[in-house]
Amino acid sequence: MGTGRLYAAVAAGGFRRYATYRAATAAGVFTNTVFGLILAYTYIALWNEKPQLGGYDQAQALTYVWIGQALLIVMSVMGGGFEDELIERIRTGDIAVDLYRPVDLQLWWLSGDLGRAAFQLLGRGVAPLAFGALVFELALPGDPFTWLLFLVAVLLGLVVGFAIRFLVALCAFWLLDGMGAAQLAGLCGIFFSGMLLPLNVFPGALGEVARALPWSSLLQRPADVLLGQADPLGTFAFQGAWAAALLAAGRLLQAAATRRVVVQGG
Amino acid sequence: MASPTTTGPYDSSTPDHLYTPYRRLREGLRAYRMIAAMWIRSTMAYRLSFAMTTFGNFAGTVLDFVAIMLMFSQVDRLGGYTLPEVAFLYGLTSTAFGLVDLAVGSMERLGRRVRDGTLDTLLVRPVPVLAQVAADRFALRRLGRVTQGLLVLGYAVAVLDIAWTPLKVLMVPVMLLSGGLIFGAVFVAGGAFQFVAQDASEVQNAFTYGGTTLTQYPPTVFAKELVRGVTFVLPLAFVNWLPALYVLERPYPLDLPGWTAFASPLVAAGCCALAGLAWRAGLRTYRSTGS
Repeated sequence: MGTGRLYAAVAAGGFRRYATYRAATAAGVFTNTVFGLILAYTYIALWNEKPQLGGYDQAQALTYVWIGQALLIVMSVMGGGFEDELIERIRTGDIAVDLYRPVDLQLWWLSGDLGRAAFQLLGRGVAPLAFGALVFELALPGDPFTWLLFLVAVLLGLVVGFAIRFLVALCAFWLLDGMGAAQLAGLCGIFFSGMLLPLNVFPGALGEVARALPWSSLLQRPADVLLGQADPLGTFAFQGAWAAALLAAGRLLQAAATRRVVVQGG
Repeated sequence: MASPTTTGPYDSSTPDHLYTPYRRLREGLRAYRMIAAMWIRSTMAYRLSFAMTTFGNFAGTVLDFVAIMLMFSQVDRLGGYTLPEVAFLYGLTSTAFGLVDLAVGSMERLGRRVRDGTLDTLLVRPVPVLAQVAADRFALRRLGRVTQGLLVLGYAVAVLDIAWTPLKVLMVPVMLLSGGLIFGAVFVAGGAFQFVAQDASEVQNAFTYGGTTLTQYPPTVFAKELVRGVTFVLPLAFVNWLPALYVLERPYPLDLPGWTAFASPLVAAGCCALAGLAWRAGLRTYRSTGS
């Protein structure tokens, strides 16, 4: 099997694996929609108080809420994607089997995670956004090209998110119990992706720092591309640079881990 | 063989007619305490991990409030309420929810036990299933959320200029208790739902975590239909909104009469009764996995 086809098969496997749990998917859509509703009303109150806050009008702010709910699981902002499994494999020593395989460890997990994300974009992303568009006045673009640009930004955001979580998971080689690190990374993800509040509403230096960190690639930047608030090429360059840097760091850490660390399990 | 000193619930020296609901409750609580203590001992074997996850639990809920503070860095009022007033609502619902999450938060794992059939183990033990499920994997780290809620509540009480009366002071513990019981009822009802839903356990989060998120904000923020829903259908408004608005001397939502502020304990009792019925019905539908 060609290398490309191998990783495509892994991605397809990731897609199918998550597609199996239909009741769980429906339950997730319901929960995202409820949270979207609650957030939407708080944003309405906020933008009523201060229209044009962060450069958004109210319709754009509401669109941001529903894009956030659509992407929350797709981007694994809070964690809970492949990394729990990788951490567990490192903890039990099963990782030794993975390292023997004639495939690239990072690309293998990236493919699986992209497959998962593709399913969740369809299964868990579309429905909350559609509900939001029915109930509220959103500022969704009518131009298919903008949607295409948005999807590119989502894809790049996924790679950035994967690269961060890959690094976090590899920490388990040294920490043995990687759950603390994963939890910390999840907190950073929630806060610095803009999931709690758009980063352009963050005041002063905090806002500038937050917008420069890689997590902004997960929600703030794709949302701004869809809302026409950001230059798409500049966004892609930002996301691409972080993706390349973090993936490279992941490879370095992996090399260090496999050289130095004795696999657990005897 | 039961010795005369045995105190277990199926002690052969106890005739059936003496096996009262009160005694059953006492036995359930005793079993709950023992299982919880076991899990605490097990957690304490990894002290550093415990410290980290408790801090994570604390920090996660802190970020929640940081988001509200960031909102107030841009505006002075949200839905007509100031930051200390929102903090008062937030602290009350977070503490009440945190206490219940600590006590019965493991109920959300029930769906997994139903799916893989391990619930059978709990059914054959001479201890109420509800006590076992609630104490399963008792997670002391959830004290992180309670701590954060109490800190925010303390901040609100210190900053707010409330004309305290004995009744208003009494309202605070009453809110924490009845709010906790209402959330507890939601957890138990959610557990009952998982007997049927299994994979769909995430629906429960919409009402538990969603409920506490909703009641962190003043009711003026939300649409009337939503406020009506959480007053008359799923009575989350009684967790903190109505009693807290009495303390803050703010108008009640939906032009509700003044006495509703004091109805929380009654509503909580009603919710618990309904949740208990739902739990029994759910447990009766349980069929083990045949494999």
